[in-house]
Amino acid sequence: MPIVLLILISGAVAGYFSRRLPGIERIGSAIGIVIMLLLFFLGVSVGANPNVVAKFHTLGIEAVLIALGGTIGSILCAWVVNRCFFNKEKPE
Amino acid sequence: MKQSLLFLALFAAGVLLSLTGRLPHFLLDGNDFSRWTLYLLLFLVGIQIGASRGVFSIVRSFGFRIMLIPLATTVGTFAGVALVSFALPGRTFFDVMSVGAGFAYYSLSSILISEYRGAELGAVALIANIIREFTVLVFAPWIVRYFGKLSPICAGGATTMDTTLPIITRFSGSDYVVIALFHGMLIDFSVPLWLGLFLSF
Repeated sequence: MPIVLLILISGAVAGYFSRRLPGIERIGSAIGIVIMLLLFFLGVSVGANPNVVAKFHTLGIEAVLIALGGTIGSILCAWVVNRCFFNKEKPE
Repeated sequence: MKQSLLFLALFAAGVLLSLTGRLPHFLLDGNDFSRWTLYLLLFLVGIQIGASRGVFSIVRSFGFRIMLIPLATTVGTFAGVALVSFALPGRTFFDVMSVGAGFAYYSLSSILISEYRGAELGAVALIANIIREFTVLVFAPWIVRYFGKLSPICAGGATTMDTTLPIITRFSGSDYVVIALFHGMLIDFSVPLWLGLFLSF
């Protein structure tokens, strides 16, 4: 796993030094294309894995629970921050 | 939105093609090709982080308060997901936390998680983070009414700089556009870092 951070950091250093290059903002489109390729591979490995296909129902319920936990937790925190720090004045 | 649909279509195409069993073999066995493509993706995401300007100037113009919003997103998400992990005895704490650390950035999180934890948890991450994005897209007006104008921003996680931005602008107001952009950028960048941490356990 440290290799993930290593690659990210070397990318960030490369990005910092090339931040004035023309067209650097189009890096987002390149990322989109690579993501499409990888999501296709993820689909292939999900479909090729009979375990995942058979358990899809259970996996879906787990996903719903985790999604609800994260979403509700962050909404409640946002509510607290809003009441304590942002309530009286508009953020300019 | 168009890009999200394209992403899902490609994922679905992958599932269907491999279910029909008509794919060449080099695509099926846990291949080096997808691992190197993942490294390429991480490098590109790194470049995006390094080359981005404006994050610090936004902090300067809004003051420290703006940092509280991504902080609320992170703390709230992890607290909620940690609670849910007790309801899922079949999963380890850090596996559940890594799914939560996607912050609705379903593409990157599901890809990384499936590489290190297998396609099963990867599929959970994909569905969970898509649900989070759709919750904001569908329930934003209701969330704003009961929990204030910051709440759809925190709920939107990493997507508030792209897919959920138009919805947030509409229901929280245009005063919140800069906050949503800043928040999305910061959460977006934090996703691979959190995943790097949680997947190392």
